[in-house]
Amino acid sequence: MSTIAITPRQGAASRVAAASAAVANALSDTADVAWRNLLTQLRTPQALVFATIQPVIFVLLFRYAFGGAIHVPGTNYVDFLMPGIFAQTVAFGAVGTAVGLSGDVRTGILVRLRTLPMSRVAVLGGRTVADLARNLLVVAVMTGVGFAAGFRSPHGAGAVFAALGLVVAFGYAVSWGFASLGLRVSDPEAAQAAAVPLVFLLVFTSAAFVPATAMPGWLQAFGTHQPVDALVNAERALILGGPAVHDVLISLAWSGGLLVVFALLAVRTYARMGRLRQVRRQNPEQESNRTLSRKGEGQWPSN
Amino acid sequence: MSEATVEADGLRKAFGHVQALDGLSLAVPAGSVLGLLGPNGSGKTTTVSILATSLRPDAGRATVCGLDVVTQAAQVRRVIGLAGQFAAVDPNLTGRENLRLIGRLSRVGRAQARARADELLDRFGLAAAAGRLVRGYSGGMRRRLDVAAALLHRPAVLFLDEPTTGLDPESRFALWDSVRDLARSGTTVLLTTQYLDEADALADRVVIISAGRVADTGTPAELKSRFGTVVFHLGFDGREAATAAATALAAAGYRPRRDGADLQVRSVTDSRELTGVLRTLDGRAPDPVSVAVREPTLDDVFLSLTRGGEAA
Repeated sequence: MSTIAITPRQGAASRVAAASAAVANALSDTADVAWRNLLTQLRTPQALVFATIQPVIFVLLFRYAFGGAIHVPGTNYVDFLMPGIFAQTVAFGAVGTAVGLSGDVRTGILVRLRTLPMSRVAVLGGRTVADLARNLLVVAVMTGVGFAAGFRSPHGAGAVFAALGLVVAFGYAVSWGFASLGLRVSDPEAAQAAAVPLVFLLVFTSAAFVPATAMPGWLQAFGTHQPVDALVNAERALILGGPAVHDVLISLAWSGGLLVVFALLAVRTYARMGRLRQVRRQNPEQESNRTLSRKGEGQWPSN
Repeated sequence: MSEATVEADGLRKAFGHVQALDGLSLAVPAGSVLGLLGPNGSGKTTTVSILATSLRPDAGRATVCGLDVVTQAAQVRRVIGLAGQFAAVDPNLTGRENLRLIGRLSRVGRAQARARADELLDRFGLAAAAGRLVRGYSGGMRRRLDVAAALLHRPAVLFLDEPTTGLDPESRFALWDSVRDLARSGTTVLLTTQYLDEADALADRVVIISAGRVADTGTPAELKSRFGTVVFHLGFDGREAATAAATALAAAGYRPRRDGADLQVRSVTDSRELTGVLRTLDGRAPDPVSVAVREPTLDDVFLSLTRGGEAA
């Protein structure tokens, strides 16, 4: 996988040196790609603004429009709500990874990167790290809005930050999941359309907005055994109080497990891809965003 | 390092039911320019993708500088550059940022990437636009940046996939000049194109592919002399004059084709046959008012190979 050639006759020392050079290269390439993706995001500020506005609207809607009708025993609805909104936001934010990568497939940047002597994980690492940074920004804005709307933790800022750590870790793991999807779909709209229902399913069957006890048994069985639910429970345990260790460990196990599985899957997809261009060749219109016009359609003599 | 040659032997690649490559073999000698010529869907991009390590062949073998493109892909990537139809630059970065990024990812080192980026921006006439976002570039500027991006690590072998498709004539000729410069400086170039004149202008050798197979190969001159036909275009003052000339030529064994007041006569040898044609007409038909000789082009070669029809 690395760009360092290792011949069988080399000693263990040089193999260690080669491996550490490969890791150093992977980190430096990932940083370069992440920088590129962050710059790109900053230069399309509309996307960044909308990514922030939507969760803020959700906070305000649930707090003021639905909050009056939903009663969660023993707590303010806004305190119950915020952990759910955080989870929903990073899960939707992870869709951006799929959209961004499929955009790179579509424009052809990915083809170029695949033929460079760079680390094989850097394209995915750089994308997910940049999306992580965006998630951090969005979560920070939401926390501020939540605070203004009355969100408080009896256990103080430390508990909130710990919960946000879980949230961001979960978002990063899901990003890797959507990375595989983005690589397989050379159309950002299609990538988004494929990813969003999955997120809806996980978020709305979890206890993100309403206590799971209100759901029918079969739905509860699914809803309470999935990562968003685990995350929301762990956040609430930290923020609202109660025995948190067990829930936190379960959420971390979900995020860690998903990260490993999704990362392996995405790197494998990246290494094996290649069919996508052929799909595009059959849809010449899709290329038009790159070659501004296809002049010379009549380059073949007609006689 | 072994010589900067590219060799492909029996490459096969299928996408679903479509056999994109069906046993394609070719060789590009070090320091030469090979033109890979064929219509859309003939397998040009698939070939380049395999040679540039972006796609694995189903069968067959290919080497670049003696390195296997599948088993030694990482080393191959250090000696190749890819530009053209599908390899892109980032529209949301400036020209300079694009080149610096690709330079760093090409392992040329941070300082070297900066220096090399400026050098290439200068060379490709992009110095003035270097600080502007690429999304504001014209098609020609974008394509020049694209080629510059493929050259940051001074590749021994450059793949150009339809580098001038969609460009206006001026940008096209500018790019041709760049390719000629590269070839002169010893870079081995494999260029795909669907423009016959482009292959004629740039390539030392041409490989014509059709349906994933090599249909023919040779120097542009060889191919033209093998398949092309010189055609004489004679214009007459009116339809009757042209008909009279056609009758006279047919009687002498030529096979003229009349279109209104114009005649087309194919040469069976070369341009020198024009004398014989005019001598045949002398006294038997009115003199032509215009005479033009159309030398063979690669169009003729291509048409006779892929359509089985006669080029005219």
